[in-house]
Amino acid sequence: MTEGAIVSSYIPLFAILCPATASFLILLSSKRPNVRESWTIIAGILQFSLIASMIPTILNDEVIRCTFFPTMFKGIAFGFKVDAFGLIFALTASFLWILVSFYSVGYMRSLREHAQTRYYFCFAIAIFGAIGVALSANLLTMYIFFEILTVSTYPLVIHDQSKEAISAGHKYFAYLLTAGVFLLFAIMMTYYLTGTTDFTGGGIKALAELGPAYKLTLVILFFCFLLGFMKAAWMPFHSWLPTAMIAPTPVSALLHAVAVVKAGVFGIVRIVCYIYGVDLMTSLGLGLALACIAGFTMIVANLFAIAQDNLKRRLAYSTINQLSYIILGVALLSPKGIEGAMIHIPFHGFMKITLFLCAGAIMVVTGKKNISEMGGIGKKMPVTMLAFTITAFGMCGIPPACGFISKWFLCLGTLQAEEIIFLFVLLIASLLDVVYFFPIIHTAFFKRAEGGGEEETEVKEAPLFMLIPLSLTAIFSVLFFLDFILRLNIISMYFYKIVEVAVGNAIP
Amino acid sequence: MVRLFLAEHYPVLIIVVSLFSAFTILIAGWVNKKTCLPISLATISVQLLMAIFILRQVMSSGAVHYWLGGWAPPWGIEYVIDAFNAYVLVIVLFICLITAIYSKRSIEKEQPHKIVPFYVIFQLLVTGLCGITVTGDIFNLYVFLEIASLAAYALIAAAGGRALKASYNYVIMGSIGACFYLLGVGFLYAVTGSLNMADLSHLLPPLYGNKVVQAAFVFFVVGLSIKMALFPLHIWQPDAYTYAPSAVTVIIAAAMSKVSIYAFIRVFFSVFTTDFIRMYVPIAIVISWIAAVAIIVGSLIAIMQTNLKRMLAYSSVSQVGYIVLGVGLYSTQWGLHGALIHILNHAITKGCLFLAAGAIIYRSGLWNIRDFEGLGKKMPYTCAAFTLAALSMIGVPPSVGFVTKLCLLLASLEAVEYGFVAVILASTLLNLVYFWRVIDRMYFVRKEGEEETEHEIEKEEAPVSMLVPTLILGALCIIAGILWLAGAKTALLPIVDQAVNALLGTGVVAVP
Repeated sequence: MTEGAIVSSYIPLFAILCPATASFLILLSSKRPNVRESWTIIAGILQFSLIASMIPTILNDEVIRCTFFPTMFKGIAFGFKVDAFGLIFALTASFLWILVSFYSVGYMRSLREHAQTRYYFCFAIAIFGAIGVALSANLLTMYIFFEILTVSTYPLVIHDQSKEAISAGHKYFAYLLTAGVFLLFAIMMTYYLTGTTDFTGGGIKALAELGPAYKLTLVILFFCFLLGFMKAAWMPFHSWLPTAMIAPTPVSALLHAVAVVKAGVFGIVRIVCYIYGVDLMTSLGLGLALACIAGFTMIVANLFAIAQDNLKRRLAYSTINQLSYIILGVALLSPKGIEGAMIHIPFHGFMKITLFLCAGAIMVVTGKKNISEMGGIGKKMPVTMLAFTITAFGMCGIPPACGFISKWFLCLGTLQAEEIIFLFVLLIASLLDVVYFFPIIHTAFFKRAEGGGEEETEVKEAPLFMLIPLSLTAIFSVLFFLDFILRLNIISMYFYKIVEVAVGNAIP
Repeated sequence: MVRLFLAEHYPVLIIVVSLFSAFTILIAGWVNKKTCLPISLATISVQLLMAIFILRQVMSSGAVHYWLGGWAPPWGIEYVIDAFNAYVLVIVLFICLITAIYSKRSIEKEQPHKIVPFYVIFQLLVTGLCGITVTGDIFNLYVFLEIASLAAYALIAAAGGRALKASYNYVIMGSIGACFYLLGVGFLYAVTGSLNMADLSHLLPPLYGNKVVQAAFVFFVVGLSIKMALFPLHIWQPDAYTYAPSAVTVIIAAAMSKVSIYAFIRVFFSVFTTDFIRMYVPIAIVISWIAAVAIIVGSLIAIMQTNLKRMLAYSSVSQVGYIVLGVGLYSTQWGLHGALIHILNHAITKGCLFLAAGAIIYRSGLWNIRDFEGLGKKMPYTCAAFTLAALSMIGVPPSVGFVTKLCLLLASLEAVEYGFVAVILASTLLNLVYFWRVIDRMYFVRKEGEEETEHEIEKEEAPVSMLVPTLILGALCIIAGILWLAGAKTALLPIVDQAVNALLGTGVVAVP
């Protein structure tokens, strides 16, 4: 395989220990809010620097490995392996954690939320899980972090503790833990069939060599994996995601736009490229099946989104749609498609988090949750709505936000795979994106507030703790775009290179 | 190795010390009630140390044989300790020690007038449990089984009220079980003229076709199934667990059920052998399916319960199913491993859950799950331990329950029994339903009509002597899980490896 030399290092371990340690410190300093929040932020920054310090090694086409111990099962070792693809996800999640931590401080304090210690504690554990998923060396390790992620986000989803929130939490659990059961079965089956669960660039060889007698088994196994990654919210198993929007906005932002759902998509990419491998996927015809599911989800989710009036729910359906872009990119099994999918993971993260943070800011300042009530809000909160507008453009694939680039790659991918139908699906889905994002912008800037006169509305933005993070994510979304188009080689130079390395690993 | 005082006599000393301690407690308690607990604690600690020493010895130099009174087997009674006994012995004594520490406050509150009898019978129960574990003689095993059972009947009945009926039920069912076992012993003795397990395993193979031998086997299986509450012979168990004093529930659920399972596995593989099960009585598949039904039905009934202890009792029915399923899948690489691993896992988890349930009853008198709102703030540490154990029951990694699940899944896959795979996975979700309901109540659900308030709820944590044992077991749920997963690098898995090898080999050991 084309995987480069292996370097041993404990950096991944230290990186993952940051949020774990932070969670305990948070519990210990529950009586002193300022100390408590600073632990979160210190851990976030430390973790990001540790993960970022691995970039040069990865760009060198090397793989960082950190094995703790061989498990009781021969052939499975518990440990981390950082390859380019894992690094992309880890970088995104850890960077956005810092910003969301700042935002959380502003949000939770403005709304005087209860149980803040529990909130920060579970948040740190959830990040621990997400980064663990990103850095895992094999399926079993990944499963462990996957479940930690599921369990730790439950208290966040039901944070409100109202009856409604708790039943939403139950739905969340019912979906995701059932998924966990399927995933566990699929993992053990893989282990039983091949004797290993390591992520291998180009797929596990033993799985590909099973022969035609196992064809049906492999197809069923793949669908078990897909069910296991219900976190990716593909239809018809998506309805937990809009329901979970009852969580506080920073939670929706990070967990339901970045950590949880991306862990699901990340898993699907891992299965397609690193367990099954592109060749096996093609010969089993699974790529096409997956692409059909993704295409279906993209269109239907967008139709659902149009019907939503609650801003967060509309964003949730938009997330379902965008996740399927990623799934589609992988399902095309063409290098450009996979590249588009891998790029879209962080790009969608940056853009969607901006949108959610804006929604949260609007809620904190005006208390409004529904789009129909948001007339004139563009004048009241110009910075927030500017950030919203830019990233909403990005979601539709319109410059100047980075969504354009990932869509460009995805379109190239459909052409490369010679699946013209999916090009149309992509374009129709983008069109539908416009249909539901533009009314929001229109309402915000061109409609008057209900009952409001002609008087000059006062500018009243969210606290700086909230405003700065959301501006930063918006700025980054634009930067990624400019960097690519103008070849500025600022930050994202690394970024595109990492993606190239990842694609090189995935398709030997 | 350092030579320890009387080291070669440890197998018998474990029993003798315990037995004499029971009478010492009686006499000393007559004089001063406060001496009961220290004596009991000291005895069990010494026993535990001896057990750990024996375990180390077994691990380094193979099975330990002790001839009682110097009489050579098969005429004399022989105590044989291989990796499996030693493993179970350490677990059982550890749970007994935890329970003894815990019982101090619990018994003082629940049965202030019966402290002396409690500790006397408790110590007798410990004696019986150890005896079952160390003996290499099937009739001797019966004697200890009765000592333990009689002690358990008395301990349960001590709570009075509805416990009397529960205990009576248990007496009837337990006696039937014991009779069945005794019949099995009698049949084997009639045919072979021997009672020594190792000797029997050598004498029996030519007689495997004999109907008497086969009937004896069935008697053993049914008798011990009653003792370990295998579905559908579990009907005595929920009442007994629910109405017994808290400390007694812990020891019966966590230690005594394990010892019955030990006896079951021992008879299964060391008196009879895998050849017999494979060729003459195709029982493995039967008990696997019974176990599968137990897993599902136990969980389903548990979902319907509102009494916490009763719910845990039905959960035990389902968990015994896990162990028996592992036994049924003995022919696979991970089946028997799963069963033996789950013996420890279930002892820790169920022990922790019952300790927490007892602590909640001690402090607030609550037993109905519906009344648990806000308990997470009142008793944060107890509830945290309960949550850890509950997560382990559900099988959230990296807890101990997860390890069991992995082993049994692999075993079922290897046996190409997808039915069992489905059962194990479905059981995860069922466990989730009834345990999460409790956790939800403790932490998240608000009382009717209570508004969101930030006011400090007064902490009413259980006393330290109850809290520490609970927390220890709660922490072990995770620590042991990681130790299992770490496999060969830690001390735990090699013990099970050696135990499985001994069981699937030629019997306990060859006759010396």
